Amino acid sequence: MEALLALLIGALVAASVYLMLSRHVVRFLFGLVLFSNAVNVLLLTAGRVRWGAPPLVPEGLEVPLEAVANPLPQALILTAIVIGFGLLAFALVLSVRGVDALGTADLDAMRAAEPRADAAAKEPR
Amino acid sequence: MKTWLIAPIAIPLATATLLVLGFSTPRRQHAVAFAGTLALAVAAIALLLGVEREGILVVQAGGWAAPFGITLVADHLGAAMVMVTAVIGLATVVFAAGEVDEPRMRFGFAPLVQVLLAGVCGAFLTGDVFNLYVWFEVMLIASFALLAIGGGREQLDGALKYVALNLISTLLFLSGAGLLYGMAGSLNMADLHQRLPALGQPGLIAAVAVLFLLAFGIKAALFPVFSWLPASYHTPPVAVSALFAGLLTKVGVYALIRFFTIIFPREQIGLDGVLVVVAALTMVTGVLGAAAQSEFRRILGFHIVSQVGYMVMGLALGSPLALAGAIFYTLHHIIVKANLFLLSGISKRLSGSFELARSGGLYTRAPFVAVLFLIPAFSLAGFPPLSGFWAKLLLVQAALELAQWWVVAALVVVGLLTVYSMTKIWAEAFWKAHPDGDAAWREPLAGRERVLLLGPVIALALITVWIGLWPAPLFELARAAAAELLDPTAYVAAVLGGGTP
Repeated sequence: MEALLALLIGALVAASVYLMLSRHVVRFLFGLVLFSNAVNVLLLTAGRVRWGAPPLVPEGLEVPLEAVANPLPQALILTAIVIGFGLLAFALVLSVRGVDALGTADLDAMRAAEPRADAAAKEPR
Repeated sequence: MKTWLIAPIAIPLATATLLVLGFSTPRRQHAVAFAGTLALAVAAIALLLGVEREGILVVQAGGWAAPFGITLVADHLGAAMVMVTAVIGLATVVFAAGEVDEPRMRFGFAPLVQVLLAGVCGAFLTGDVFNLYVWFEVMLIASFALLAIGGGREQLDGALKYVALNLISTLLFLSGAGLLYGMAGSLNMADLHQRLPALGQPGLIAAVAVLFLLAFGIKAALFPVFSWLPASYHTPPVAVSALFAGLLTKVGVYALIRFFTIIFPREQIGLDGVLVVVAALTMVTGVLGAAAQSEFRRILGFHIVSQVGYMVMGLALGSPLALAGAIFYTLHHIIVKANLFLLSGISKRLSGSFELARSGGLYTRAPFVAVLFLIPAFSLAGFPPLSGFWAKLLLVQAALELAQWWVVAALVVVGLLTVYSMTKIWAEAFWKAHPDGDAAWREPLAGRERVLLLGPVIALALITVWIGLWPAPLFELARAAAAELLDPTAYVAAVLGGGTP
């Protein structure tokens, strides 16, 4: 199971790096989405995966009888998902506004903040 | 005493809530923000005095004992960083009252600054890796918004690049945290300090350490992953630039110092050589980048990169003196760099442009501002008797003691090149006549604006001179912080409560 998940993480990260190397803003963002999901699966896998054993303590006992799934990674992932969702939503809105204002979705062509030396000389600010 | 540990996080959050709920006019917002930040400064002083008196302070959130709950820890390093955070917060809040326009205030500028301060203080005070990630995110989302609001094309362009690279950095951080948890079964920093060396897997630990190095390296703007910084820091209002320039990259430096002293067993993972080379390259590329620029704030942006190299060099050298030097450097640099950014704003306000070619004549028009510029500029370059001189002296002395001759050479030469670009700003913005003649000259600062813009600059300059003339207290503080980091027995005992293994 862990090996399978590890392969899945590898595939997700590879795809996300491929997307992030693209110069198009939207592809970059999709890459980021894939990357953040890959990291979430990584958190789950690193916390050891156990099949069908919810972390419940039987009534009257203080510790579970047999090994159960680790709830902590799940809590971490939940936090990470919520934070990631917020950040990606913000990034998406920002890129819409950015593409509108800059008139291009090509990251290499976005040079409003860092004009090339020759362009800066031509248009006085 | 322990309540002071919560205060630096709670006060800015409470102030932000107040600002969101009411106080619609900009002037009232500024007043409330100022009062809140002043309270933060008082709490930070109390915290620092408490750490001086009682040693490391610890609060277990919700009463869950470490390593199961979230631990808040204030040691000398954390308390000192909170203190400078409050100082910079205060300076920028006052400056913002004189600079930030009304649309930005209506978009929530004031509460965002407070949330940013809460995130930064939280990052300095947490003793838990995952909690550090959460504070990083608090800080990031506030900084994203501050960078983007009210912006035209330039600001959106800068914000896009800043957001993209910082998101990658946090994801790397998160994967590092996941792997760390998978290896050690704990994310409490003190607990990790005990567990990692016992694992006996130096290769694996080194791989995770590299993930953290890259994640915090992006935050701190280390070579070769610094390009987002000079692409974005010159685009927002000056108050925001100053806040970011002073604090945000230094949170990355702080995290590097914390992780590569307390958490990772350095003698096992053997990354010191990498750190030295990265630090040296950061210093050199930063200063060369600055030499090639001709815009006030972009020069300063590249200088942040170069100066971060100095701090990481102190960490990389690793001796007690070098680490104390790195901490001293960080504290001094936050104040000096924020001040230079504030001065760039005053220069723009008076001469009409950040572009050095299109400004000038400040020396004849505003000689007082010129003097104020010389103090942080010379301090940054390392002239005695200003604070930067002592910071550089400590690092050079540490490198000499370790017989790292080429590091000594790099430290000195980069200092000289810093003087070069400071001279360039001086010659262009202050000395030469304004290219457009007297017509381009804006009306001089007067009344309320004069107080709000010049007040913080004067205060920060006085702190710089004070540290320069009387460096002993800050040096003792840095040395105490370095000693705590290099021998974390006291830290571990304070967090885990007694010597449980």
